[in-house]
Amino acid sequence: MSYRADQGGGAPKMDMLLGSDAVAYGAKLCKPDVIAAYPITPQTHIVETLSLMVDKGELESQFVKVESELSAISACYGAAAAGSRAFTATSSHGLALMHEVLHWFAGARFPMVLVNANRAMGAPWNIWTDQSDSLSQRDTGWLQLYCETAQEALDSVIIGYRVAEQVMLPVMVNIDGFILSHTMEPLFIPEPDEVDTYLKRYEAPYFLDTENPLSFGSAATPDNFYNMRKYMARAMKTVPRILREEFTGFEEHFGRSYSAIESYRTEDADTIILVSGALAGTSRVAVDRLREQGVKVGLVKLRLFRPFPGEDLIRALGSSGQVLVFNRAVSFGAGGTLSQELRAAFYHLDKRPGILDVVISLGGKEVFPETVAEVVGQADQLSEENSNWF
Amino acid sequence: MLEIRIHGRGGQGAVLASQILSYAFFLEGKFSQSFPTFGAERRGAPVSAFVRVSDEFINLRSQVIRPNHVLVLSAKLAETVDVASGVGPDGFILINTDKPPEHYNTIEGACRIVTLNISSIAAGFGLGSRIMPMVNVPILGAYAGISRGVSLEALSEALPRFISANPEGNQKAMKEAFEQAQTIN
Repeated sequence: MSYRADQGGGAPKMDMLLGSDAVAYGAKLCKPDVIAAYPITPQTHIVETLSLMVDKGELESQFVKVESELSAISACYGAAAAGSRAFTATSSHGLALMHEVLHWFAGARFPMVLVNANRAMGAPWNIWTDQSDSLSQRDTGWLQLYCETAQEALDSVIIGYRVAEQVMLPVMVNIDGFILSHTMEPLFIPEPDEVDTYLKRYEAPYFLDTENPLSFGSAATPDNFYNMRKYMARAMKTVPRILREEFTGFEEHFGRSYSAIESYRTEDADTIILVSGALAGTSRVAVDRLREQGVKVGLVKLRLFRPFPGEDLIRALGSSGQVLVFNRAVSFGAGGTLSQELRAAFYHLDKRPGILDVVISLGGKEVFPETVAEVVGQADQLSEENSNWF
Repeated sequence: MLEIRIHGRGGQGAVLASQILSYAFFLEGKFSQSFPTFGAERRGAPVSAFVRVSDEFINLRSQVIRPNHVLVLSAKLAETVDVASGVGPDGFILINTDKPPEHYNTIEGACRIVTLNISSIAAGFGLGSRIMPMVNVPILGAYAGISRGVSLEALSEALPRFISANPEGNQKAMKEAFEQAQTIN
């Protein structure tokens, strides 16, 4: 375990942490009132480290040990209903087991941050990374962020609370299982007082209170229900603007800049790779190598998946010839999840790039820079109608 | 970019060794990265861990397949696992064994093979048990002595963050392995 408590004082300096410990540090800095969690590979380090922090008295959170992921998210639901800041982490089948309460959470308009270590769904049993677990939760009303580095993972937890508590919707921060969770790498760890001034204590507008009795999640008539869903859709619609403001505020505060999508060497690119998560890192290396050979290729990293940043993507990809969408989740019978979303975003436009549905990896199938280069090299032979499997 | 692969068996601390080494490079001002072969690790099963070192932040996250240097914690592994896989002619393989390098002439590949009895050093300083000495820390000292790519001082500084058992024994064993390795040509 690379966790350590002896953070030196003074200016923030670079340190090294496992991706999972970076998440734990991020969560710790946000001082959640309640952490409820159940271990699952490859997420376990996150909640182990948090429980150690609580045990040592470095973090004053209620750590609720539960018997399943369904209970973990339900305990967070109860905590949020009582006006508390809640945190949990899970992965794969654990997230699937939470599915019902994910809907309840967003529907009740409770904020929280959940970190999901992306891992394949069985069968067959597989502990390695893909995005089937989180992308199949896209319709639950949660915001979804995807991280490339340990730094991004730590920062996304902090930004996640800021956004969640403004729009009153929960945020899922996704990190690649193993590839990010189990890699130790350099990052800046913010000082606690810096985060304290950036992220204030959560003041819930409504909460369970015996002095002022009210209820959440009780029955709603069809018209009321419809309206509440309409307001939820409106709230989701405000996210891109709020997130932009938050990224700006975060940069002013911490000096690190983020955006919903990020373009890398896309100027004059004929072919652009659309990728999310830690795979963006390896893909960058491939782009650099291909550029050295004169191949006009670039990359767009999708940090925000829900709400889907369609307008940003149209701006970033609209003038390229073709987009290679790197999918790590498939809706069987309809193709790669990310490709479908991108196609829908471009549908209303006459001028749009060729969108190629590439199933680049599932269940941890290794992607080397050479793999990426091969796909780019074959781009002209790929099908535009069908998913491209290798 | 420098790439290092460490072979061990589950329970030998190969992953921890990769983290200590990675952190030592970091302390010397480098960007580094450490990660294991991803899987459910069982005691005794062959495992490997990787370290990457660069002057810039490392974006590459795929497994190391062309390591510059290879460390083998358990002599038997050198006979059952393809420890030379991907190692170039300028690279080396450091094997913890009581046998001379010639014993490993059958290993395919043109790289240099260095052997050192690290188990005996570890046992001498009370690391692990006589039957299964813990060599994951002293082998790093040997690595520093042979590669001269990382200093013993940085390794010493990195150690306390990762190792709480027998800190003094580990430091001394690492130094001893470093000194013995420096005498190898």
